[in-house]
Amino acid sequence: MSVLYFPGCTLKNKAENFDQSFVSSMAGLGVDMKELDRWNCCGTVFSMASDDLMSQLAPIRNLLRAEQQGADALLAPCSMCYNTLARAKHFVAQEPDRLEKLHSFMYKEQGDYKGAVDVVHPLAYLRDSIGFDLVAKKVSRPLEGLKLGAYYGCLLTRPSIVSIDDPQKPEVMDKLINALGAESVYFEQRTECCGSYQTLTNLAVVANRTNMIIRSARTSGAQALVTSCPLCAYNLDQMQREARKHHSDLSPMPVFYFTELMALALGQDWKSEWTELHEVDPAGLLKEHGLD
Amino acid sequence: MMATETKMVSMVVMGESFRVPEGSTIMSALEYSGFQLTTGVGCREGYCGACGTLYREHGDYKLKGGLACQTVVSDGMHIAQIPFVPADKPSYDLEELTPDEDSFKKIYPEIFRCVACNTCTKICPQDIQVMDYIQCIMRGDIATAADLSFDCLRCGLCALRCPAELVQYNAATLARRLYGRYLAKPAVRLDRMVEDIKAGKYDEEIESLKTMEHEELKDRYYKREVRTK
Repeated sequence: MSVLYFPGCTLKNKAENFDQSFVSSMAGLGVDMKELDRWNCCGTVFSMASDDLMSQLAPIRNLLRAEQQGADALLAPCSMCYNTLARAKHFVAQEPDRLEKLHSFMYKEQGDYKGAVDVVHPLAYLRDSIGFDLVAKKVSRPLEGLKLGAYYGCLLTRPSIVSIDDPQKPEVMDKLINALGAESVYFEQRTECCGSYQTLTNLAVVANRTNMIIRSARTSGAQALVTSCPLCAYNLDQMQREARKHHSDLSPMPVFYFTELMALALGQDWKSEWTELHEVDPAGLLKEHGLD
Repeated sequence: MMATETKMVSMVVMGESFRVPEGSTIMSALEYSGFQLTTGVGCREGYCGACGTLYREHGDYKLKGGLACQTVVSDGMHIAQIPFVPADKPSYDLEELTPDEDSFKKIYPEIFRCVACNTCTKICPQDIQVMDYIQCIMRGDIATAADLSFDCLRCGLCALRCPAELVQYNAATLARRLYGRYLAKPAVRLDRMVEDIKAGKYDEEIESLKTMEHEELKDRYYKREVRTK
């Protein structure tokens, strides 16, 4: 199976730790994966207007290019990119007219999109194509003693047509956490919305949600949160400072990308540049468990 | 000897039809038709980007773009010259910027409105992957943006066609400036040359060129040594 990687814009700047740890983890697992050549923005937020074909050009062109480059699967680790690409694929598959209109607009793209490439989230790929047993076997530095709360947010499991797991009781990230030798901790707010783009205009909404989610995780015994979404990571990590303005007793909790933990468990070193991209420094927690 | 008859084709300039010789460029056809071009014309060699033109060919719905000096007229072609593209021209200090997407958020924040429709790429007379370089800028890959946009002549057709109202060519210029200032490998030989010039190594030669007779200057120019590597 030919696998290409769709990083998306954020992984190339504000979430380089996500990009680097994903690439090195997949190499560590022996997956032959290349970055999609000439990718463009995923389209960011999936357009809900059924006649808004313009917004589908970005995701469909990415899928077309992935097909032209011979991919069977396009791996999109960012939850937002995954959601937008997967929904666009479904959107054009529903009605052939939509794709026909897009094709007549994209007449310089050298070929039509056939719908052959699968949009796959790496968590689903680890579960279905590699298997968590094999991941566990490859772990050279088990994350023993770490208690981690898998935060799913919205985009991995909603809407159901693109959900990578049971939308009410997802477990795929928990299984990965356990395969890496850490302990996954169930907490009530794991599928709640982080506040999303309210972070641009309505800080108080996000501050309150951040407070609520982190408290929920801590009450259940988690020492850190794990996510696959740069926007969730921003709201849960960077916005803790804002949350503390409203809830002064909120103590800091580190937020990891699942790939950072995977890279660590597969024996790779934590990079100091990654720490700079975290608001709450995870160094103390990692040191406490001999993982620095 | 009989004169060879030139085949004529029709060209429609802003609604008015003209008969022009087949094989003419749009620019020469305009002048053949009696237009005196005082704007929307420059080097006539495809280098300056002054003669951006929009056209549709007979029987084709597609709106195309080209340089008037490089595009050959086809029979029944409708054309409109675009002598100028209005665009704000922000001033900035390269020393205060960083070679990443944050600089563009400050100076050209509208580029993040790109919906990746690729209309800019479709119209570009230089066959530049315009949308691709905008996407590179959006994710902070300034070096690739500078490389992809290198052949841009700033004719402005991309900016006129963009549904998100970006001014792509201005962003590309900033990308190349940032590349030159921060990312390009230092040109050691250039630095050495500048030092030599400052030290007066070429003063005498320049002075002699300044006073040289026209014919000799021409002769020297054509016999000059061209280093390719």
